[in-house]
Amino acid sequence: MSKGPRDKRMSIDEVVGELRDGMTIGIGGWGPRRKPMALVRAILRSELTDLTIVSWGGADVGLLLRAGKVRRLVYAFVSLDSVPLEPHFQRARQAGTIPEVVELDEGMFQTGLRAAAQRLPFLPMRAGLGSDVLVNNPWITTVTSPYDDPDGQREELVAVPALRLDVALVHLNRADKHGNATYLGPDPYFDDLFCMAADRAFVSVEQVVDTAGLTVDTPVQRLLLSRMMVTGVVETPHGAHFTTCTPDYERDEKFQKAYAAAAADDEAWAAFEERFLSGDEAAYQAAVQQFQEEQA
Amino acid sequence: MSSAAEGATRADVCAAAIADAFKDDGEIFASPMGMLPMLGVRLAKLTSNPDLVISDGESLFLADVPPLFAKGDVVEGWIPFRKVFDVVAYGKRHVMMGATQVDRHGNQNISAIGDFARPTRQLLGSRGAPGNTVNNRTSYWVPKHSPRVFVESVDIVSGVGPARAKAAGPAAARYHDIHRIVSNLGVFDVKGTDDTVRLLSVHPGVSVDEVREATGFDLHVPDDVPETRLPTTEELIIIREVLDPRALRHREVPEPTSKETP
Repeated sequence: MSKGPRDKRMSIDEVVGELRDGMTIGIGGWGPRRKPMALVRAILRSELTDLTIVSWGGADVGLLLRAGKVRRLVYAFVSLDSVPLEPHFQRARQAGTIPEVVELDEGMFQTGLRAAAQRLPFLPMRAGLGSDVLVNNPWITTVTSPYDDPDGQREELVAVPALRLDVALVHLNRADKHGNATYLGPDPYFDDLFCMAADRAFVSVEQVVDTAGLTVDTPVQRLLLSRMMVTGVVETPHGAHFTTCTPDYERDEKFQKAYAAAAADDEAWAAFEERFLSGDEAAYQAAVQQFQEEQA
Repeated sequence: MSSAAEGATRADVCAAAIADAFKDDGEIFASPMGMLPMLGVRLAKLTSNPDLVISDGESLFLADVPPLFAKGDVVEGWIPFRKVFDVVAYGKRHVMMGATQVDRHGNQNISAIGDFARPTRQLLGSRGAPGNTVNNRTSYWVPKHSPRVFVESVDIVSGVGPARAKAAGPAAARYHDIHRIVSNLGVFDVKGTDDTVRLLSVHPGVSVDEVREATGFDLHVPDDVPETRLPTTEELIIIREVLDPRALRHREVPEPTSKETP
């Protein structure tokens, strides 16, 4: 009798229970798109501190900065798209409250994840040469090609260091209980790379379905994650709120606007936290539903 | 054949100037960041360069040329972010980015204002500017030309100018190609003395002195500075009736008042 692969279903709190102070955590998605926000909210509720966060940043980065969870931030940009500048990020940078800041080019960020996913110490790349990315990160160095180019010169390229992660947190549309997972929106972003760059990867999804259900009306090419890349699976409906999770839902622009407005002022932020971030995920979703009814 | 049209606004002139920046690009991915660049690229695709490849700014290559902020009817390809980085490295791309600062040597900053360790104003971060500038053709769009934007030396180098690219060696310089800087006052390149910003044309109604005054560094000004061409009648019809019927372009580039144009 076949036992079949492991059941990896976990609760949000069990995922956070696997995290430790000082860990390097990669957060999938892109800016304000398909971010594992329910898992980020759970980190906010935890005692975790001293984290290194690696993210194409949006409100995930903003919230963790505001809560004082971040020792080191690795990013290429932090944006909410319709609100170009993430208010907590902007405030933290201008107050100098992020102990260590690593600002990379977007492509370098991908290459760093690729190097980690391939268990290489670095990968060569043109991006970064001549820019202040290298000036502001003097620990990032260059590497000279061992091969002559057609002009007899040897190119000196950026040796993009591997962005090795302790843990990756990503949010997709569907998964089975073993960790095979699909994205149903227009863009996979880099969630597979985050998982492969990490020692352990936790995926939250809108819905856990049977393995056969993953491809019943969805092309197999949308299966971005294989179970060998995934440690745990969490079902978190609306778990990417207020970022996009196309086609399950789009960005909650009204909520994002309220978030950004509240960030500007300590009192307003305290009220926002009290209303939305003081309880568990179910309390958050209930408060959001009430907010949406008020706005309708 | 269309002739230069009556009644073109400054924004219309800017759109045509941006279109001209893409007319000789052939079959490459045109990546406009912001509204006027999007208008200019789509204008080029409908006139001077139908081979341009354009996207919806998210993840789709569009086969047709929809109006600003409208959805395209026919999709001709898939360009998720991961494949954008592939195209950047492949080189068949021309990006027109914004610039919070541009300096005399054509370096650009979108990262932050002030000291990097503790900026007075944090902006987006470097985004893809370092990779863009050493891999594929790059232009800049500045809707409000002022000494605050055109500075002697940018605070943080996100986009790399030609002198810095050369100093970084052949791997940085080989594909480096800052093509145009278009502002609401004129058109520029970076082929002035010692790889500095050079004035190529002033928009109709703008004087060379006005550009000099609005520029915070010593601009390379050739002896003879032509006027930027007016859009043709055909271009004006496309801009007004097809691409931007709601005249959103005038929010980004308002018509100058008579005081501003002596």
